[in-house]
Amino acid sequence: MIGRERMTVASQRLIAERTYELTLSGRLVQEMRQPGQFVHVKAAASADPLLRRPLSLCHIDHKQGQCTIIYRQEGKGTALLTQKQPGDTVDVLGPLGNGFPLEAAPAGGRALLVGGGIGVPPLYELAKQLAKRGVKVVSVLGFQTKAAVFYEEEFAAFGKTYVATDDGSHGACGRVTDVIEARSLEFDVLYACGPKPMLRALAERFPNRPVYLSLEERMGCGVGACFACVCHVPGSETAYKKVCSDGPVFRAGEVVL
Amino acid sequence: MNRLAVELPGLSLKNPIMPASGCFGFGREYAQFYDLSVLGAIMIKATTKEPRFGNPTPRVAETPGGMLNAIGLQNPGLDKMLEEELPWLEQFDVPIIANIAGSTVEEYVEVAEAISKAPNVHALELNISCPNVKKGGIAFGTVPDVAAELTRLVKEVSAVPVYVKLSPNVTDIVAMAKAIEQAGADGLTMINTLVGMRIDVKTGRPILANGTGGLSGPAVKPIAIRMIYEVSQAVSIPIIGMGGIQTAEDVLEFFYAGASAVAVGTANFVDPFVCPTIIADLPALLDELGIDRISECIGRSWKTGAHAVHCRA
Repeated sequence: MIGRERMTVASQRLIAERTYELTLSGRLVQEMRQPGQFVHVKAAASADPLLRRPLSLCHIDHKQGQCTIIYRQEGKGTALLTQKQPGDTVDVLGPLGNGFPLEAAPAGGRALLVGGGIGVPPLYELAKQLAKRGVKVVSVLGFQTKAAVFYEEEFAAFGKTYVATDDGSHGACGRVTDVIEARSLEFDVLYACGPKPMLRALAERFPNRPVYLSLEERMGCGVGACFACVCHVPGSETAYKKVCSDGPVFRAGEVVL
Repeated sequence: MNRLAVELPGLSLKNPIMPASGCFGFGREYAQFYDLSVLGAIMIKATTKEPRFGNPTPRVAETPGGMLNAIGLQNPGLDKMLEEELPWLEQFDVPIIANIAGSTVEEYVEVAEAISKAPNVHALELNISCPNVKKGGIAFGTVPDVAAELTRLVKEVSAVPVYVKLSPNVTDIVAMAKAIEQAGADGLTMINTLVGMRIDVKTGRPILANGTGGLSGPAVKPIAIRMIYEVSQAVSIPIIGMGGIQTAEDVLEFFYAGASAVAVGTANFVDPFVCPTIIADLPALLDELGIDRISECIGRSWKTGAHAVHCRA
C-alpha cells in the first residue's frame, strides 16, 4: 500500500561529493519491498519548492523499521534535505513505482548490475536481495571522478565489484561499458540504473537479452496522474508508459529511450 | 442541513470541492488513496477526439510557489473515455465534469455531443485556454468573438450544462466572460494556467521541451482571486474558481471573491489527500468565522450590504 508519513530521520551523512545517505524510520518501511521502487519526498514545509522529489530506495531494513536513500544535492529541494538532523521529520509518500524483477534472475544464475552516478543507490538493495536468493552478483559502478565514488565496499560484500571513473582517478578509466567489455563480463540478466546515454548504450549492446533499466524523468505527482514523466512505446505515435507508475524499471525495448 | 452543499447548473454538490482537470487524471490514481465519493465533483482530464501523446519531456519545471507544465493535452481519446474511463468512474457517487478540447470547432462539437450523453457526466468544461498546444486550446480563448461562437455551437449539441474555462492570458477577462455568457454558457471556470518559461542556467535553454508552459500553484492565487472578483461582478452565471488552492482558508477566499465552487489542482501533486483534507477542515473554519452555510460566502468581498465577517474567537 502506498502511504504518506512524516518519517523520522535516524541519521544523515555525507558519503561522497554532494552525495548524502539519509536513513529514515517509520511504519511506511513495512510497505517497502521491491528494489528499484522510490519514495516521493517533500523537503520544504512551505510551498517553495512546491513539489516532491523522487528518490530511490537504497536499502530497506524491515527489522529496524528503517530505509535508506542516497541523493545528490542538486537544487533547492535537495539542499533543504541536507539540513535534516536526526530526530527531524520528513514528509514521505511511497513506496512508489515498480522495481527490478528479482525473478528474472534464476537461482544460481549470474546477475550483472550496472550503475551510473546517482543511479547506483537502488542497485544496492537489489544486490542484497539477489544475493539472498542465491544469485551470483557482479556490479559495475561508474562515476565521474574519485570524489563522487560511494558504496564500493558495500557492493563488494555481495560480489565482485568494478568501479570506473570518467577521468580514471579511481578504478578503471572510462565508462561502465568499457569495463564490461574489457573484463568480458557474462550474465543471465542485466539490471541498470543511471543516465539515459548509459542505459541506451547497454540496451544497444545487448539486444534481445534480459536487460532491465531504471529510468529517471522529471516528475510532478509521482503516482501517474499528471502525465509529466511519460515516454513513448516503440512503434506507436500515441502509446505511452509513465515512468512513475508503469516504471521506473522497464525491460529494454519496452519504451523508447 | 448540509452546510457545504452548493447548487450550480447541472450540479447539486454535497460539497464545493473538486479536483481540477489535468491534475487528477481520470481518478484511478487517487482512488488508491481515498474513496472518490467524498468529492463534490471530479473534473476529468481533457478529452480530444483522437488519442494524443502530448509534448516531449521535460514537461514540468518548478518555480517559487508554483510549477510550469506543458503536458499538451495527452489523453486516450473520446472512444476510450466513453468505453473505459467514464464507466469506471460510475462506481463512485460523484458527478463528473468532462473537460473537452480540440483543434477545430468541429472537433469540439463532436466531442461535446458524445461525452455529454454519458450518464455520469453532469456538465462540460469547455477548454479554450490550454496554453500548451499549437492548434486549438488557447487560440479559441483569447478572442471574445471566437470563444462566444464556439460556446454557442457546443451549447447547441450538449445534453448537459456547459461551463467555459477562461484563460488568464488576456488583457480584458471581463469582456471575454461577458461574451461567453451572452453566447449561452451556463457557468465559467477560472483560471487556467498563466503562460511562463524557465531557463536552465547551465545550458542556457528553456527547461521545458515545449519552451513555454502553464504556471499553476499558490503563486497564481492572487491573480485568480482578482480575476474572479472582477468577473463575478460583471456576469450572472456562476463561477467555479481555481488557481493555487491548498487549504480550507483558500477555499473561503475564492468564495468571498465570487466563486460558487472551487477546484483544487496542483496541490493534489504535493499531497494526494488534499481534497478530502480540505473538505474535512471546512466545517471547523465556518464555525470559527460564524458562517452557517458556505454558499453565504459567495461574493461577500464585493456585495454591498453583506455582513462583515466576525471572528468568534
